[in-house]
Order: sequence, then C-alpha cells, then structure tokens
Amino acid sequence: MKRIEVIKKIIKHLSDEDIAIFTTGMISREAFSIKDRRANFYMIGSMGLVSSVGLGMALNTLRKVVIFDGDGSALMDLGTLGMIGTEVPSNLIHIVLDNESYQSTGGQPTISKMIDLSSVAKAVGYKWTIKMTKKAELSKLPIFLKKGGPGFMLIKVERKGIEEIPRILHNPERLTERIREVLIS
Amino acid sequence: MVKVGEFWNYLKNRDYRFFSGVPCSLLANILEYAFKDQEIRYVPAVRENAALGIASGAYLAGRKSGILIQNSGLGNIVNALTSFNLIYKIPVLMFITWRGYLGKDAPEHLIMGEKMVDLLNILKIPNVVLSEKFTKDIAQAIEWMEIDRIPAAVIIQKGVIG
Repeated sequence: MKRIEVIKKIIKHLSDEDIAIFTTGMISREAFSIKDRRANFYMIGSMGLVSSVGLGMALNTLRKVVIFDGDGSALMDLGTLGMIGTEVPSNLIHIVLDNESYQSTGGQPTISKMIDLSSVAKAVGYKWTIKMTKKAELSKLPIFLKKGGPGFMLIKVERKGIEEIPRILHNPERLTERIREVLIS
Repeated sequence: MVKVGEFWNYLKNRDYRFFSGVPCSLLANILEYAFKDQEIRYVPAVRENAALGIASGAYLAGRKSGILIQNSGLGNIVNALTSFNLIYKIPVLMFITWRGYLGKDAPEHLIMGEKMVDLLNILKIPNVVLSEKFTKDIAQAIEWMEIDRIPAAVIIQKGVIG
C-alpha cells in the first residue's frame, strides 16, 4: 500500500471538526499535498513528539484527535504510548504508518520489522488495536475511526513515498495560530 | 519559605491548572499537593520531552499549561524546545529544579547544576530563580511568555517551597 493513498483514505473519513496531527518528515508533507485542512497540524521537526502533543490536545478538547505517526517516530518516544494507555482519552486515535524505515533520511531500516507496535499498544492499555497489511483491509477504516479510544492502528505501507513532494508552505507560527483558532472556537 | 498552598493558589488564580512533569526530590511537596488538589490536573510523564509535548498540546487546545521537571531533564527537552516550542511559538511555564547548585550535590548533578542557567540563556529561554517574592517571579515569567509566546523557566532551589 502506498502511504499517501492510506492517508488520503483516512482523511476522507474524518469530519471537518476532527483534528489531525502529523509527525515530522514525509508524513506531514504527503498530508499537506493531499488537502490542507484547517484542522491539520503538521509537526515539521521534533521527531517522536507528535504522540505527546496529540495526547495533550485530546485531554483538553472534546473533538476527536487523530495522530498520524511513523514507525521511527513512534519508536523514538515509545514511553508516550504507555501514557496514552493510562490517561485513556476516549477521543484519541493513534495511527502508525509503518514502512519499516527512516525513509526521509535515506531509507535506513528501523527495528519495527521485528517489533509489532500494535501488540505494544495493546499491552500498554489502548482500548483497541488493529493491524492492517493489505489494501482490502482498509475498507474497515470507517468502522474503526468511529470507535471510542484510545485506539491504535498499525498500517504497513510501502517503503518508498512519493518523489518530489512539496514542503509545508505555512511557517510554524502560523500553524500554531491556525490550530488554536480551530480548537478555541 | 514559600508555602506550597500559596504557590499553587497563585498559579490557579493565573489560570495555570494543567501540568505535566517528571518528579524530582525538590518537587516532592509541590507534586503531593498537586495530586490531592482536584482543581489541578497533573499528568505524570515518563520523560521530560513528553511532559513538554503534553503541555504544548494543551496550549494548542487553548489551555494555559506548565511542566515540573528536574534540571537533568532540561537535557531531554532541548530538541523539543529548539525544533518545536521556540519556532512554533508555544509558551509553556517550566518549573525546573536546581540540583547541583554551587557544586554541592551528587556527582551526576554537578555539570548540569553549573551549566543550567547558561544553557537556558544560550537557547534564549527567559528564566528567573524563584525567591520569597514568588508571585513577582512567576508573574515575570508569565509576562515574558505573553510577550514572546515562548516557554519561560522558573528555577526552584532546595528548600524555597515548603
């Protein structure tokens, strides 16, 4: 499965109200190139931090917060999974788009081939977890996106992303202002 | 000595009721109070950068927020500060303890104890050492945050809050 196609399918099932927060690197850039929703928040740096920022949001809003994480990023701050499991925010869904590599830095392998992150999420207290490895399984996306959380989706995607994808055009300060406008309204 | 109840009352009056952090022995009474007080939401973090992430997410959702960490944890949040909070303009009130103050502490605290203020200054994080006039010190930190929309540090020494 191509990662950009998976992101596109997930976004299609979100309402305008739902917050989507994207990890650093190609995942943010692919999401930006699909459709720049006002309720999208792209984290251009600080690898690993997306899950804790998403948790902090989810604990302070009634809206649904969907975290788009990478395997490298999730592994970097694996401890945060335990915090999500213990804080149990019912409005949080954590998605890991797993290409088993640090593709943004040249395709070096991560250790996610040997570690089933959905089992980790289950062990640390997520209410539900699902692992998807085939395209046909994506038809179950709308069912899971409607479920109460915290939920965890591990979706195996192709190693390579899209070539020559544009960078995020907004400056970081503007991204902060925009998501606050959405969340405070 | 600043009374721990007065410390928290001031923060609550300024609308700072959402905190995350990683414990330090110098924070023991402050955290004990936070756990008991129903008006304070304290999210225990497993690592200091996650604490800063949670507090930052809270700010993005419109909530004033802070973290409580040991100065050893300042090392763990440098990248979150430089590649997130400082460039995204996300203010978080950071209470950081001063282990290793004046070189009188266990060996693992001595280098950070000596370098902590320099490190904050190099990162251009405004900082103040909490004194008996604690409301003035915290008000100063909050003012810096409101002007520049970046985190500010309030440094807590041993025995100042009891």
